[in-house]
Amino acid sequence: MDTFIFMQVFSLGHGPEGGGSSEAFAFLQHYWWFLISLLGALLVFLLFVQGGQALLYSIGRTDEERSLAVNALGRKWKLTFTTLVVFGGAFFASFPLFYSTSFGGAFYVWMAVLFCFVVQAVAYEYRRKPANVLGAKTFDAFLLVNGILGPFLLGTALSTLFTGAPFTVDRLNLADPGTNGSTVISQWTTPWYGLDALAVVWNPVLGVAVVLLAMTLGCQYLMNSVGDEPVFCRARRRMLFCGCGFVPFFVAWLVHLLFATGYTENPAGLITAEPYKYLHNFSQMPFLAVGLAVGVGLVLWSVYAGWRGSRKAIWYGGAGTVLAVLALLLCAGWNHTAYYPSLADMQSSLTIRNSSSSLFTLRVMAYVSLLVPFVLAYIWYAWRAVSRRPLTRGELHGDGHQY
Amino acid sequence: MVSDYLQTVDWSRAQFALTAVYHWLFVPLTLGLSVLVAIMESCWVRTGDEFWRRTARFWMRLFGVNFAIGVATGLILEFEFGTNWSNYSYFVGDIFGAPLAIEGIMAFFLETTFIAVMFFGWDKVSRRVHLTATWLTAVGASLSAWWILVANAWMQYPVGCTFNLGSVRNEMTSFWEVAFSPVAVNKFFHTVASSFMLAALFVVGVSAWYLLRRREERMARQSIGVASVFGFVFALVTAFTGDRSGALVARVQPMKLAALEALYNGQAGAPLTVVGVLRPAGSRTADDPFYFGLGVPKLLSVMSFRDAQAYVPGIGDLLAGNPKQGILSAAEKMARGRVAVAELARYRAASEAGDRRTMAAVGRKFDPATSEGEEFLSEYFAYLGYGYLDTPAQLVPNVPLLFYSFRVMVGAGVLFIVVLGVVWWLNRRNRLASKRWLLRTCVWMIPLAYLASQAGWVVTEAGRQPWAIQNLMPVGVAASKIPGASVSVTFFLFLALFTALFVAEVSILLRQIKIGPDAAGNSKPQKL
Repeated sequence: MDTFIFMQVFSLGHGPEGGGSSEAFAFLQHYWWFLISLLGALLVFLLFVQGGQALLYSIGRTDEERSLAVNALGRKWKLTFTTLVVFGGAFFASFPLFYSTSFGGAFYVWMAVLFCFVVQAVAYEYRRKPANVLGAKTFDAFLLVNGILGPFLLGTALSTLFTGAPFTVDRLNLADPGTNGSTVISQWTTPWYGLDALAVVWNPVLGVAVVLLAMTLGCQYLMNSVGDEPVFCRARRRMLFCGCGFVPFFVAWLVHLLFATGYTENPAGLITAEPYKYLHNFSQMPFLAVGLAVGVGLVLWSVYAGWRGSRKAIWYGGAGTVLAVLALLLCAGWNHTAYYPSLADMQSSLTIRNSSSSLFTLRVMAYVSLLVPFVLAYIWYAWRAVSRRPLTRGELHGDGHQY
Repeated sequence: MVSDYLQTVDWSRAQFALTAVYHWLFVPLTLGLSVLVAIMESCWVRTGDEFWRRTARFWMRLFGVNFAIGVATGLILEFEFGTNWSNYSYFVGDIFGAPLAIEGIMAFFLETTFIAVMFFGWDKVSRRVHLTATWLTAVGASLSAWWILVANAWMQYPVGCTFNLGSVRNEMTSFWEVAFSPVAVNKFFHTVASSFMLAALFVVGVSAWYLLRRREERMARQSIGVASVFGFVFALVTAFTGDRSGALVARVQPMKLAALEALYNGQAGAPLTVVGVLRPAGSRTADDPFYFGLGVPKLLSVMSFRDAQAYVPGIGDLLAGNPKQGILSAAEKMARGRVAVAELARYRAASEAGDRRTMAAVGRKFDPATSEGEEFLSEYFAYLGYGYLDTPAQLVPNVPLLFYSFRVMVGAGVLFIVVLGVVWWLNRRNRLASKRWLLRTCVWMIPLAYLASQAGWVVTEAGRQPWAIQNLMPVGVAASKIPGASVSVTFFLFLALFTALFVAEVSILLRQIKIGPDAAGNSKPQKL
């Protein structure tokens, strides 16, 4: 980006366009897609909380061991939850057409996501509290449901950014004064409202891959954060199993992606199908290919390091996950790619150009985004402050806050 | 027969209302208790007295039980804008989404990051760092409220935006107008002050229970000492900002004001009805809406326009119009709105036919830079939402619901000021413990505070019906196109889930209060 565009990006002029150029607008659309992708990548990494929950009964054989795992994971659940909230909010603000199209169309999927995250939030705080009415087992079951269903649904939804969904978009539907819903801009064209994503086999394949990745990372996190030999040994074994399970699912999905036909947008806004679109994207943006390769390599290395007994495996796995998911999401949206292809009407497909907020709003939020490094810094500080020492059985019997 | 879409609209309204009511059962306590805990912890750091550490940790434990469920329901509300109100999300997402995103980046991360230090960092960080984390949690909670309330205020008073015909949506033109509109600023202070008051009443009520049981008397007295003065101050702020709210509503949402006063015929020097019983809808007439009503002459005019002789429009004026007062009739507004919708239809037809001349002609009407555009936008587009309505009657919100909710809110608010003031005074003179009737009253103030808080939101949200965005988009065109039956199923699922979790939450809270500050909340955990 040259200095001129940089100045335009951060100069708030008058009116909705703020006096900016189309180059500045395009830059901000790419910038916000990068931020959304980064949030998405961090969210997938933070799903280690869900992965750990999914293995709660497998890693924790006794009440005390399960409590160790829950208390270690519980110190991070709010971070995952907050990242999900911010991911949703940032998507809403920067690409509102996606928000209205996907959320308003894939209704069942997003409702299922909501249900399984709501039960997680209360499960940690209530599971061991006296008089919790539903009983500890119910709340542990909530953790299990969230641990498996959460990553699966999010992985499935993530895959639809490549495989598409059946919807149409017509902004001028607002010109219809009818009361039968004809004014609705984004409409789903099947009666399945999101469940249709399960019919495209590659979506659940990525869903399963994300579940297994979350479990792998969850084991690595527990190896890092719990100072207890039996829990460590079990987590190490489960990690190898989940890591080995993750590879075929992810590789199958990735190979399919590289050979898939994607949609591309020309300068006039016309969308056409392009065979090997994502392969082309990686070749035309080699830094993404490198990022993906390094990311996947780091995840594999983390499994190896974990198997060798390293407590630091989570950091390799985490960094690798963030890099790989970031590269995939950037591949979905950059290079004139339709990041939400419509299977019902190709021209309704969403690109970062036709679905973003206005230049003015993206620019205002770009200022706000300057806070992100500061936010990351204090999150890192708090993480270190709370988790500097692994959690031990002794702490469970102290007078500190317990889950 | 009601179309499936209208059923979707109704179920979506019900689902959103359910989630919002449930969310608001937990948020005000979180907002206020976080500050009270921070004050108590500050006392510990300043004096070094372990008593304050123990007291702060007790209230923090209750805060923790309450916090989780508030967070969870907040996520649902955010996502429901997309799942249930997708048309709304697109039409104003350019403006409305920004405060939500900023809330996440600026406030929510702050709150949830430092809450971990607050709960788990007692023995891991220094006292001052821990205290900083506790205060940052409180600041994060209030900052979060700021951005959410900015978003809510914008729906009631849409400013700082313009319509873009190319993208067929409203777009932000002034961030500062959105973030600091008078409605947003007042709404923030009113809501947060009332939340602080509710939390203070909670602390006073629980402490009063301990005094009645003659348990934890020092903790109870000291907690009352902090909470009663805190609550009293913020009860006064709530009253002051509430009064300002009324004046703002009179200007930007006159129908809401008329409905909550059940004022059918506008008048100069309008009285404020203090108490009254409305006749049922069938027998309620504009001239005689009450079985009985006790009013204060001219007070409504004073509160609305700071002028005892000011004319306050009634529901009748706003529907039939009042040329003397410069009030357009609803029929006229609907006609103008239909002109705006028809222009959009003309643009659509021209666009499909490739008729660039017509597109340019319509484009000029929506261009605020031209005199033609300026006139069209202010005279016609400003009433766009009216163009989607079928009858003027749709513009009238539920009058009894608003009338009674408003009186519950205000009446309870006055009572809170008195109770908190008296409790503060007696506690200072060490005479509170002997006033057992007052202690019992304090306990009963807790549910009343929640009722008043909910009533306030009923007034705000039910009062702006039928608008999703005031004057621009009625709820009837804001919803997603999903089957009504699907939304009804999710409504009942949420209802069942919320009820179960609410029962669990109250049960845990009561048990924690019964256990008291000495035993850790998990000292006798439930067996697996």
